[in-house]
Amino acid sequence: MLLETNDLTIGYRTASGALRAVEGVNLAIPEGEIVGLVGESGCGKTTLARSLIGVMAGNANIERGEIRFQGRDLVSSGARYWKDRRWRDIAYIPQSAMNSLDPVYRVGDQLLEVLIRRGGMDRAKAKRRAEELFELVGIEANRLRDFPHEFSGGMRQRAAIALALALDPTLVIADEPVTALDVIVQRQILDTLDDLQKRLGISVLLVTHDISVVAYVCDRVAVMYAGKLVEEGPVDTVLGSPVHPYSMGLMNAFPDLGRASRTLVPIEGAPPDLHDPPAGCRFAPRCPFVVDACSEPPEIEAVDETHRAACWRMGEAEALRKDASEVTTWQT
Amino acid sequence: MADVKPLVEVRGLAKHYERRGNPFARRRGASNAVRAVDGVDLTIRRGEGVGLVGESGCGKTTTGRLLLHLIEPTGGQIVYDGEDLSTMNVAQVKEFRKRAQLVFQNPFDALNPRFTLYRSLVEPLSNAGVPEDEHETRILRALERVHLRDAERLLDKFPHQVSGGQLQRIVLARALVLDPEFIVADEPVSMLDVSVRAGILNVLREAKRDLGLTAVYISHDLALVRYVCERTVVMYLGRVMEDGPTEDVVESPAHPYTKALVAAVPTPDPQQEHVALPILPGRPDATAVPSGCPFRDRCPEAHARCAEEVPAAHEIAPGHVVHCHLFES
Repeated sequence: MLLETNDLTIGYRTASGALRAVEGVNLAIPEGEIVGLVGESGCGKTTLARSLIGVMAGNANIERGEIRFQGRDLVSSGARYWKDRRWRDIAYIPQSAMNSLDPVYRVGDQLLEVLIRRGGMDRAKAKRRAEELFELVGIEANRLRDFPHEFSGGMRQRAAIALALALDPTLVIADEPVTALDVIVQRQILDTLDDLQKRLGISVLLVTHDISVVAYVCDRVAVMYAGKLVEEGPVDTVLGSPVHPYSMGLMNAFPDLGRASRTLVPIEGAPPDLHDPPAGCRFAPRCPFVVDACSEPPEIEAVDETHRAACWRMGEAEALRKDASEVTTWQT
Repeated sequence: MADVKPLVEVRGLAKHYERRGNPFARRRGASNAVRAVDGVDLTIRRGEGVGLVGESGCGKTTTGRLLLHLIEPTGGQIVYDGEDLSTMNVAQVKEFRKRAQLVFQNPFDALNPRFTLYRSLVEPLSNAGVPEDEHETRILRALERVHLRDAERLLDKFPHQVSGGQLQRIVLARALVLDPEFIVADEPVSMLDVSVRAGILNVLREAKRDLGLTAVYISHDLALVRYVCERTVVMYLGRVMEDGPTEDVVESPAHPYTKALVAAVPTPDPQQEHVALPILPGRPDATAVPSGCPFRDRCPEAHARCAEEVPAAHEIAPGHVVHCHLFES
């Protein structure tokens, strides 16, 4: 496993009290695969993704757990070691590409800075590498002299990808890389990301709220709900025959251009307030399949060798899936 | 449905925005305008749900605002129920505002944060001069239509105290409280999470069916439009590319732009094919629209004529119109 988190728990101190945005998460990113991290607003997916590069908000801290990268725990290895992994081994593409590019510097200069200061290259070599990187992500090399505002949204995203790939990382974390883009540009960026991942053999953690993006490019997917990992496995399995009721709900609520006649099934209610989460399964207040056992939090357990889920009723998944596709099931 | 008189008839609608630029050139009469909407024809029949789709800058939002008479067109005409919008007097505009409503995109911005939800709902009723003894029934009816649970308990709350899904239902109820016959919803669910979005989409479908609403949904999301609209209008850089029954437009897109747009939409199916998009590189730039067909510089099937002439509307099947020279019979 390239990267593995064990029991990772991240808390925030807020004006209205402490909360845990990520709790007891065991995420695994295998070598050479694209893993989707999917969930809705506030589920903790961005907090989790950012913790992997050791860059978190000032009021956040890792309360317990490990982040093992190539076998070594980053949390206990000290800030220095972690910082050295950044860019070189683990790179990050932030939610909005505009945020990763400084508006007052030429895009090329920003690439050079990373290559020279972090990569230790001399100027001539760094220049050649910058041109190579632009070509790699599909921008003409003469655009290196442009300022970020001269780029379209899609080009900025490509530049952010070039920046992330600058020092040949083995893992790239992309946080909602296509969210604000138009559908045609979105598709082109996803194709670029997919192609680069295959050509360079890197691993990618793709954070998104969009299941169709996961279906399009990811090999595996991890589903988060209210700070917990609820299901994880190969994309075909998790999207095709989900085991956790929340995953079922997500699939049934998603409008599919290919299947128009199907009625969308909303998940009633809203995610819990993480200042005061339910004691048992966090999805229980919205779940139509609640039983007494759900007042205890379920552990994430193996469904088979490649597929895990955290639900007391995962043995009955097939029957639950059938019920979950009916609108009336969710109207409790 | 051909015998039903259309509710809205749009002919040659245009909205150009002057940009800052070279004031000398402007004095010489050189136009520096952004043509946000440029010659749109549209017929909306009563009870119909029409989806306006396209990428950023295609003019779909501007068209929606023009339809509601929120901005003045630069050219062309909108006839609403036999009345030309541009020649209405103040009293007629007031009447029109009761019949036609806008559903805002971002529920978090759409309501006054210092008003209780009740006040936001009652305001349109007072403005329209609805007698006070009708307010309660009207509001409760609207809330029932949007399936807001525990509605009465929520009415005394402020926008920040309720969830996004509840808020969007209130925004919708506010648009429905005057019993409009026509609504324009601009990206009504784009700010909401998937699990909540489905509920709002179902409310929109039901409201249309039960109230016989005529509705225009503006969205970049073709899958969403397919779910709620029987007709789809595809726009690119201020012009209509294709207009037809949603099933036909999605299942057998005719215009080269629609083909690319439909092919680009990812679906939640992991087995979907990864095919190359039938579109040339580039991006729509509203400040430099190509002559002739606005899509021609990215169209894989463009030919000399496309630069010279704006394509006329060609009807390829009943009610299915394509603006492309390839379809000239």
